[in-house]
Amino acid sequence: MIPLQPPRRLIDVQIDGEDVRVPEGSTILDACHAAGKDIPTLCYGDTLTPKNACRVCVVEVEGARTLAPACSRKAEAGMKVGTDTERARQSRKVVLELLGSSVDLSTTPRAAEWTEEYGADPARFGDDAATVEQPAKVDNDLYVRDYSKCILCYKCVDACGDQWQNTFAIAVAGRGFDATISTEFEAPLTDSACVYCGNCVEVCPTGALSFKTEFDMRAEGTWDESRQSETTTVCSYCGVGCNLTLHVQDNKIVKVSSPHDNPVTKGNLCVKGRFGYGYV
Amino acid sequence: MDLRFRGAEPSEEERAAVDALLGPPASAWDGGGRSEADLRVAVRAESQRDMLLPALHAVNDRVGWISEGALDYICRRLTVPPAEAYGVATFYSLFSMEPRPKRVLHVCTDLACQAKGGEDVRRQVEERLGPPGTSWHESPCLGLCERAPAALALEAGTPPKAQVYAPANASLTLGSPTPNGTTPSLDVAGDAPVAAAVPQAGQDGLTLLRRVGTTDPASLDDYRAAGGYTALRRAFELGPAGVIREVLESGLVGRGGAAFPTGRKWDATARQPDHPHYLVCNADESEPGTFKDRVIMEGDPYALVEAMTIAAYATGCAKGYLYIRGEYPRATARLQHAIATARARGLLGDDILGKGLSFDIELRRGAGAYICGEETAIFNSIEGQRGEPRSKPPFPVEKGLFGKPTVVNNVETLVNVLPILERGARAYAAAEPKLFCVSGAVERPGVYELTFGATLRELLDLTGTTGTTRAVLLGGAAGAFVTDLDIPLTFEGTRNAGATLGSGVVLVIDDTVDMKRLLLRIAEFFRDESCGQCVPCRVGTVRQEEALHRLSRRVSDDDLVLLREVGQTMRDASICGLGQTAWNAVESAIDRLGVFR
Repeated sequence: MIPLQPPRRLIDVQIDGEDVRVPEGSTILDACHAAGKDIPTLCYGDTLTPKNACRVCVVEVEGARTLAPACSRKAEAGMKVGTDTERARQSRKVVLELLGSSVDLSTTPRAAEWTEEYGADPARFGDDAATVEQPAKVDNDLYVRDYSKCILCYKCVDACGDQWQNTFAIAVAGRGFDATISTEFEAPLTDSACVYCGNCVEVCPTGALSFKTEFDMRAEGTWDESRQSETTTVCSYCGVGCNLTLHVQDNKIVKVSSPHDNPVTKGNLCVKGRFGYGYV
Repeated sequence: MDLRFRGAEPSEEERAAVDALLGPPASAWDGGGRSEADLRVAVRAESQRDMLLPALHAVNDRVGWISEGALDYICRRLTVPPAEAYGVATFYSLFSMEPRPKRVLHVCTDLACQAKGGEDVRRQVEERLGPPGTSWHESPCLGLCERAPAALALEAGTPPKAQVYAPANASLTLGSPTPNGTTPSLDVAGDAPVAAAVPQAGQDGLTLLRRVGTTDPASLDDYRAAGGYTALRRAFELGPAGVIREVLESGLVGRGGAAFPTGRKWDATARQPDHPHYLVCNADESEPGTFKDRVIMEGDPYALVEAMTIAAYATGCAKGYLYIRGEYPRATARLQHAIATARARGLLGDDILGKGLSFDIELRRGAGAYICGEETAIFNSIEGQRGEPRSKPPFPVEKGLFGKPTVVNNVETLVNVLPILERGARAYAAAEPKLFCVSGAVERPGVYELTFGATLRELLDLTGTTGTTRAVLLGGAAGAFVTDLDIPLTFEGTRNAGATLGSGVVLVIDDTVDMKRLLLRIAEFFRDESCGQCVPCRVGTVRQEEALHRLSRRVSDDDLVLLREVGQTMRDASICGLGQTAWNAVESAIDRLGVFR
């Protein structure tokens, strides 16, 4: 039985001159999706409270002094939003350049596509531009932290902390450009509170967190998503019945994810479901 | 939450520092020794996260740095995950997570000091103490601009000590600062009298500065004899709604830089059905070139206590937080004393003046982060989170500190409420006072009070200038350079001139100042102080600094275009005012002063 939700009022907003009707409480991004617009997002997570830190989804709201992050700003009745204005496009371009020049976006889905679409040229800051380049942290057999690829979207921290797992093994440490995701006193993960649920890997938008299998196969050059198939099944460990999506390449499981639209787990798993597939 | 500790033990001194703040631990559940009884009860862990910053201060103040054992112990006492506490501790520049000497010298290298030869002091210190990092640091503005160049030594111990060197010169002694004493003294060693910062001190006709230098800041009786607490009595006559009406009618707008109407803020908070309401006094004055709030807090601390009481009465707050920047030891000491005596005399606490008002003030010290002056970052800092701004909406009047309706006002804004109530809104508005922090190439630097409408030239006539004035930086690092001295010093007048009054900074630049270096320092300041939360500011401030480095070696059109594009994106797409204003001063220097032409 599906419990009835209280009725929600509908409000009218204008997206690029087009009238859209969305339930009260929707974000501008929801309204954009309803209007069929494709807005780039990086730090936005469909299972997490938006952090609006990356600023690639900024749109122009009529009458506002600054641009608004579409992912978290609530749509208001009568709001007039421009998603493709000169000012919004220019900001997205520069933000993509700032990211592309400081972070390795090679494993970020759609980054290359957006860089081309917005005409971003990360190389124009020169060869000496500061980056977050650093060696990958490989301190356990389950997943790897490659912070050269980290855009500091806070999703892993939120998933590990109060939004899902309540483990709080990692947090943002330091300040400004030197801010990083870290355990206490940069201790190895194996010494930390980490329970290896892998929910941080699930939400990472750039591949900074990845399965050890994926990391190793990429290093060998054998990772090939076009040869992978995905099968969603039910975890066999306990009675909760979490959905698992097995990513299989050459008849071997290479990683496990979980459907975000599952009403119970919302993409989250425990260490057994996520990493305990060796018996298959 | 899973709390997992790595087994690092605190030293006795670290444990004592934390226990002195929090009291001894009740049981093994919060860091005490394990007894039989502990094994038979389960205690629900109540996080006291909002005590995290004071606890970190407690250790840092006594030991000089925070070890893993100390952090672990703090986390056990407060039920905070160690990774989170580490993230908070590493956010603030006054805390060290590595061993360092007890005495640390902070040498100001910011705008006003740089314009007054701060570079020489920095070089001398480096010659004597070696490269910065452990026993000394390069510091952002210490708020001692009227006596630039300045340095501040902080020494850990019981009690911790502070010594001010301003103006700092070759005779800067680097040994032990003060004779050993066991009682904390009200004054900070080496600091000049507050009146020295107010050239107008003692003059007739002053409103906000009338008591600075003329009334003993340590004496509540002197304060009352000089007209103190008449405004609060008037507030009780008017009732909360009447007070808000007066403030609305006075047209008072926020003096922290944003110029939002204070009455509207109070009214909106007072109307919120959600309770409790909180009052936060923003005394985290960190804008380079700004020191007016310090002078008020040091010279007339009871005025702030009274003004906060009135604000709390009008908006229905039972608790107020006074968030003061960590680099202000004397202001902190004076306010601690003022709050304690006001409490002892029934002017804070329950049933104030027998009128049934309950209100108390908790003093919170920042720990070296400019961003914590942002109105929502201050909430995160008080709550024991990293001092990162929150996105708005929701605005503080609706969801602020601890998610409750909150009034945030700057020190100068609050203190303005006293004359509004004493004189009535109309009389106040007829001669509305404004403070300016004048520094740089002037004969008599300091805090000046003028009525709105005076021009920049009139102000500089008062202060006198030295050398040939090339430009004036209005509003601090987040402001803009101007060359037109006939700009009226009003919010509108400066806006029309493409500048801002901001926090009242008037930094006079003469032609001996190397503008390229000054711009680099501004860029460096924003790069250092960016919290790192959003991309435009975190990376943009770095790219701005890099481009300015290249430009100061060789002017190139590509870099100028790049600066403009990055600057515009920081302005348009950053979460908070820091990123949004990080390009203002540089842009005005390029456009109006032709620095890279």
